[in-house]
Amino acid sequence: MEDRTILNRNLAQMLKGGVIMDVTTPEQAKIAEAAGACAVMALERIPADIRAAGGVSRMSDPKMIKGIQAAVSIPVMAKCRIGHFAEAQILEAIEIDYIDESEVLSPADDVYHIDKRKFNVPFVCGAKDLGEALRRINEGATMIRTKGEPGTGDVIQAVRHMRMMQSEIRRLVSMSEDEMYEAAKQLRVPYELVQFVHENGKLPVVNFAAGGVATPADAALMMQLGAEGVFVGSGIFKSGDPVKRAQAIVKAVTNYNNPKILAELSEDLGEAMVGINESEIQLLMAERGK
Amino acid sequence: MRIAILALQGAFEEHQKMLDSLGVESFLIRKLSDWQQPKDGLILPGGESTAMLRIMNDEGLLEPIQKEINDGLAVFGTCAGMILLAKEVENDSRNRLATMDITVLRNAYGRQLGSFFVNENFKGIGEVPMTFIRAPYITKAKENVEILSSHDGHIVAARQGKQLAISFHPELNEDRRIHEYFIKMVKGE
Repeated sequence: MEDRTILNRNLAQMLKGGVIMDVTTPEQAKIAEAAGACAVMALERIPADIRAAGGVSRMSDPKMIKGIQAAVSIPVMAKCRIGHFAEAQILEAIEIDYIDESEVLSPADDVYHIDKRKFNVPFVCGAKDLGEALRRINEGATMIRTKGEPGTGDVIQAVRHMRMMQSEIRRLVSMSEDEMYEAAKQLRVPYELVQFVHENGKLPVVNFAAGGVATPADAALMMQLGAEGVFVGSGIFKSGDPVKRAQAIVKAVTNYNNPKILAELSEDLGEAMVGINESEIQLLMAERGK
Repeated sequence: MRIAILALQGAFEEHQKMLDSLGVESFLIRKLSDWQQPKDGLILPGGESTAMLRIMNDEGLLEPIQKEINDGLAVFGTCAGMILLAKEVENDSRNRLATMDITVLRNAYGRQLGSFFVNENFKGIGEVPMTFIRAPYITKAKENVEILSSHDGHIVAARQGKQLAISFHPELNEDRRIHEYFIKMVKGE
């Protein structure tokens, strides 16, 4: 494997056990960093607002992203549209720490994802099952997250995607050698990736939860289901008390197995984001880019 | 022998696996009651120092850890762990353990595009693989600090008594010699 791919997978390892927060301004980025975020995602509009505004959603203004890079010392990520390699080139040019090729934005290509191996900067991609995760890794993604359903505050899809990935991983682990060739065919991925999962019982890259996490309990749920860290998008800055909620979610990820601490963290957080139930939404972002 | 590993955020599992492979017992520190168990050494892993410090401060972990290190507990900090140990950090004024007489520059090689891998000499061990991820390096060290490794003219590994601080991530490679070096330090060899 190339050095760059390994280094980029390594950065994701350093983010483990942490919370990556969506921020739209340098002020929010500073709040996130002070609350203990391990990275921030710089974007003009958080998913809940993208959903409300409708229309085509694109990469953020590089000037806005640079403002956030200047405000904090933790890694800064930014999103580009699925398949939009020119947006990715621009993000690489401003030395972003991680690119999220994201279904939250309007897809630019309905067939091809970005050939992420051509880039020196790392990519994280969304997945709702093992096949999607391994296809993205094959294209060069060095970190995976569940797609969930962004901007809803409804955790059901993130849970579904994480459970699906974990159960498919367990199925691969128990397979005999000859069954694995067929599995590779069904998953539409190279045999070597299937073999890795079979031998190690996990993805070859770090796997975070994303899409609909709004409370410390949501974060703990995702961690107990096997996530190695959590992205929180609209859940923090769409809530009544962002500072307190951000700190509580950070500590919930560290102490995800300790209900006593989780109970304390869940107290007096003010209003959570209002949220939209899965059945009420018109646009399923998770269906973008398979 | 039992080694405590700070497990608030970051790559603590990698250190634990490394110790497992050396047959050394370890346990994870997430809260004060974890810390109060008996221990022979401490590992501060890589990750984000700002995230770790936030939780250490809130959980009241900072002072008890600081005290035991000052009382002679062996400690090994990698990357973010090095930042926690430094008395001075050039571009950061946050409260930290500050037990080692070194000045550190955070994100000294820039953003992720500046991350790199190299084989470099480590005093007393020889050439070892070194993975630098958004790494810091030491810009100043007092005379009581022993320089163990430098790369491109910058100090990337140093020791002061029973404290070991390293810019890179030995826990990410197969090579176990730096962890063995720390275990010998713990034993007082």
